[in-house]
Amino acid sequence: MRAVRPYGPVAFLLECADSDDAVGLHLALRAAPVDGVVQTVPGAVSLLVECVSHEAMLSASRACARLKGVRPEASSREHVLDVRYDGPDLETVAQRAGIPVAEVVERHTAATCTVALTGFAPGFAYLRGLDPVLATPRLASPRPSVPAGSVAIGGPWTGVYPRRGPGGWNLLGTTSAALWDLSRETPAVLQVGDTVRFRAV
Amino acid sequence: MLRVEATGPLVLLQDGGRPGLAHLGVGRSGAADPRGLAQANAAVGNPWDATGLEVLVGGLVLRALAQCVVAVGPVVHELRVDDIVTVGPGALRQYVAVAGGIDAEPVLGSRSRDTLADLGPLPLAVGDVVRCGSLRGTAAPPSHDGLVRLHPGPRADHFHPGTLDLLATAGWTVSPTSDRTAVRLTGPLLVRRTTVELPPEGLLPGAVQVPPDGQPIVFGVDHPVTGGYPVVAVVEHGDLGVLAQAAPGSTVQFTATW
Repeated sequence: MRAVRPYGPVAFLLECADSDDAVGLHLALRAAPVDGVVQTVPGAVSLLVECVSHEAMLSASRACARLKGVRPEASSREHVLDVRYDGPDLETVAQRAGIPVAEVVERHTAATCTVALTGFAPGFAYLRGLDPVLATPRLASPRPSVPAGSVAIGGPWTGVYPRRGPGGWNLLGTTSAALWDLSRETPAVLQVGDTVRFRAV
Repeated sequence: MLRVEATGPLVLLQDGGRPGLAHLGVGRSGAADPRGLAQANAAVGNPWDATGLEVLVGGLVLRALAQCVVAVGPVVHELRVDDIVTVGPGALRQYVAVAGGIDAEPVLGSRSRDTLADLGPLPLAVGDVVRCGSLRGTAAPPSHDGLVRLHPGPRADHFHPGTLDLLATAGWTVSPTSDRTAVRLTGPLLVRRTTVELPPEGLLPGAVQVPPDGQPIVFGVDHPVTGGYPVVAVVEHGDLGVLAQAAPGSTVQFTATW
């Protein structure tokens, strides 16, 4: 049974076993909605559930704590993103890992990453599969604006900021790949389960 | 139709926003003070969430290109061709409604400008033409007591005991960096008892997040949909409009619900 944490009068946060459980529960609730649930927001190991009312929240929290998740569909989609590795935090990541900058690039491009969850901003995907040597804590104070296409590391995750906006991750470089396209039926190009590789240019 | 003759610092199209799309990375957006939008819409006989203009600190001048009925807050103006309506200084965010609503291309089901996600119609510029729609409906402006109710958040246990009470009893000054994304507050330090990094978690408007500098951030309608700093408390959704009207330098006081 998942622990339930309070999130104001109409929402609650479920602590999940791992990111598959969080995404699986999100998918289960979309496929078979529980009464009174407005939306669910998957986190890395949690699911935020927003309801229509306090009463709905109380009953939905009991139902969701025990609900079985759905395994995310296996995806055969693969994305190769061309990256210009010239970001301002390459040196920081290298120093922290105790390796030369060139090795940061080698290790980042060698990884086969998977989209664990999407969120944060339109088209943003949290990618797992980063070489653990490269894991780097988020910046103590986030940048007010990072360039569109910034390829970055935040803790054990890597990802791409699809558009300009605030960001607290360590910037390795930029890609010109378009990851948010409103003309598509699904505007977010990277979907849960997709494979992502980075290629240095 | 109306033509924009002058704008203040920021004039945005806003409606009820885009609820339910957080899994796409898209936040709620919509009017920062829904009570204000509802009041203007009610004055011209629109549904409460018909698209209107959110005017930051005044400065908007509109010229009628055709006969139309416009409300600035509760005040109705019946305009003939070439008549001017001005939004002067007033509340931090004032709302303008046009009978029939404002028409524009919707994005993901809403005409709201999300300033963080860069979605929806661009901020109004001089020379833009505002098109009127043909909506009819009724709107009862929600009544409000002006309180900002605070509830314990999911990560209150990441802070020293007494932190929630300190948050609820202190007076907080609104920082000049506040915007539709978040109202940033300065006051006593809120001290974490653990510096363990949290994995990213979902955020809703009203989440009170505390970064390492110990000063709380209350997320507004243009919020990021996930974040990694601990959420110590949550402001009741219906009370967020009060914060959206709190000018930089003013003092905000919360009301504890525990």
